[in-house]
Amino acid sequence: MKKTSLLALLSSQGVLIALALLILFGWLRYDNFLGLFNISTVLRYNSMFALVALGMCFVIMTGGIDLSVGSTAALGSVVSALLSPYGMLVGTLGGVAAGLCIGILNGVVIVRLRILPFIATLATMLAANGTALLLAQDQTVSVSYDGTFINLGQGDFYNIPIPALIAVVAYLIGSLVLNFTSTGRTVLAIGGNEDASRLMGLPVNRVKFLVYALSGGLAGLAGVILASQFGAGQPIEGVGWELFAIASVVVGGTLLTGGVGSVGATLAGVMLLGLIFNVLNFENGLGWISLSAYWQSVIRGLFLLAVVILQSRLATKESTA
Amino acid sequence: MSDTTSPKMPVANSFNIGAFITKHATLVALFGLIAFNMAFTNHFLSMQTLNVNLTQVATIVIVGVGMTLVIATGGIDLSVGSMMAISGAIAPLIFLGTAVKISEIHLAVAVGMIVAVVAAGAFGWFNGWLITRFRIQPIIATLVLFIAGRGIAQVSTNGNLQPFKLAQFQWIGLGRWFGIPVQVVIMVALVAIAAWILRRSLFGRQILAIGGNENAARLSGIPVARVKRWVYCISGLCSGIAGLVVIAINSSSDANLVGLGMELDAIAAVAVGGTLLSGGRATVTGTLIGALIIQLVRYTLLANGVNDDVAKLVKAALIVLAVWLQRHGRS
Repeated sequence: MKKTSLLALLSSQGVLIALALLILFGWLRYDNFLGLFNISTVLRYNSMFALVALGMCFVIMTGGIDLSVGSTAALGSVVSALLSPYGMLVGTLGGVAAGLCIGILNGVVIVRLRILPFIATLATMLAANGTALLLAQDQTVSVSYDGTFINLGQGDFYNIPIPALIAVVAYLIGSLVLNFTSTGRTVLAIGGNEDASRLMGLPVNRVKFLVYALSGGLAGLAGVILASQFGAGQPIEGVGWELFAIASVVVGGTLLTGGVGSVGATLAGVMLLGLIFNVLNFENGLGWISLSAYWQSVIRGLFLLAVVILQSRLATKESTA
Repeated sequence: MSDTTSPKMPVANSFNIGAFITKHATLVALFGLIAFNMAFTNHFLSMQTLNVNLTQVATIVIVGVGMTLVIATGGIDLSVGSMMAISGAIAPLIFLGTAVKISEIHLAVAVGMIVAVVAAGAFGWFNGWLITRFRIQPIIATLVLFIAGRGIAQVSTNGNLQPFKLAQFQWIGLGRWFGIPVQVVIMVALVAIAAWILRRSLFGRQILAIGGNENAARLSGIPVARVKRWVYCISGLCSGIAGLVVIAINSSSDANLVGLGMELDAIAAVAVGGTLLSGGRATVTGTLIGALIIQLVRYTLLANGVNDDVAKLVKAALIVLAVWLQRHGRS
């Protein structure tokens, strides 16, 4: 019994434990690992992935999947870059609206036409990619440096990067919605058993639609930050973001079958996968070994592997206990 | 679809034009596209057009054959592109003598190709092992290799481009047998073998039974785990072959690019071809037709001066439409 509870602890808090261990390792081993510059760089860069992963987390909790987030973010970055001369507000709203459109399209195709989320979002991934390239005329679109638009991605608020603030606020709201609203509970109910939820009279279609719209909107927001942080709307960026987001969600302990999930653990999953890259850079900086950047994907893959095997061991333990 | 195979397919009592069109929608669409092109696209009916389209579609179909079998069991394989990159990285390492020196060039090429394809197959087997041993969902299990696999290919080549000019190897992508591009011959052979397996062999029936109802299949004594491991292994082998074809065409191997996005092209071809994504009903010739339709739509648009970005939008609409029509046709 004791062993099972240890495993249970490892699985529910595993991602936090791993994250804490990785930070401890970095702090002991490298000089400036917890320095202001490094922390702010890591947070600034990974906040885009955090936003995308938040939307993905909600989608996966309903038992669905959203493959379109990467190219939706690229579309968002192009739209916001095109609108950036009109100021930060217009640029941001434009990018988010573009993402929202793709999300709404996903919702309509999945809920109304009843097409599997996997295929529906695969199609909108292509559509968003095509639209982004059309709008950008196959080039990167540089943003306007006259206005305030670049502050969004590059600025700080009391030393905290603004993108990180946005991500934290989004996660707080996400956590509140999931745990304290009927919509949030319906999300989990749908993932647990969609037919039963429907029979219980829960607004299954409306909530599913909302979840995909949310995922699109957050991807659009991530695109806005991308454009503002790197000074350009990038129509071909975002390749593989969807799978990185799925990996973060899974590492955070959310089951891909839906019905179970945690918003906070997803954030920890994003940070964990992001910090692996950071630690690798520091390790190379020490000069003892030289691991190319290509190792990061191998290590991330191994990490994902360890997590899913652990999860599956736990699931079999629980079902036999 | 000639080889549509379903245990509970309703028997048609009378011939009905509407039913015929919905049932063979993909075939009708393909002929419709060809007819349209004959009427409106200049120089469409030429050997060159045929070869260009078939050559471009060949790698997608080769990967799609393995993907069809995987999807028939109710699974999915996201790692095909990464396995292509692995195979594409390994073969030049051997026949260029970077990893091992083999002086006889024909032997080196043969060893390189075999090791590359077998390695991809082994990675596919690993996918199947994860899925059956740990009961991990296929989409997550293959996501591991999707992420790590390209990294493995990049690490093994240090991310460097491996250029080569080697007729003894490049016949697989550039050569012709009786005027037909070699990769097209490989594609047709693989489609024929897989279609035969699905329709006629015990293994094929077991695949479909697992996709239809895995628990029932297990209870009726089908070795579910073994069949699934083989299916993912086959998907790996197909990806390995496709990886070789791609690097032969490019005269170089770039681990960053080989097979990038292939999983989605292959899945789209399978879906448009009429294979049920939840498993239990699969058609390999459908996948071939599906890939041809997607390719031909793109060719039609490009040949008539439409922007490639717009072609992507059309492709997206086409995928949704095809899957929706198939749902509609059944209910």
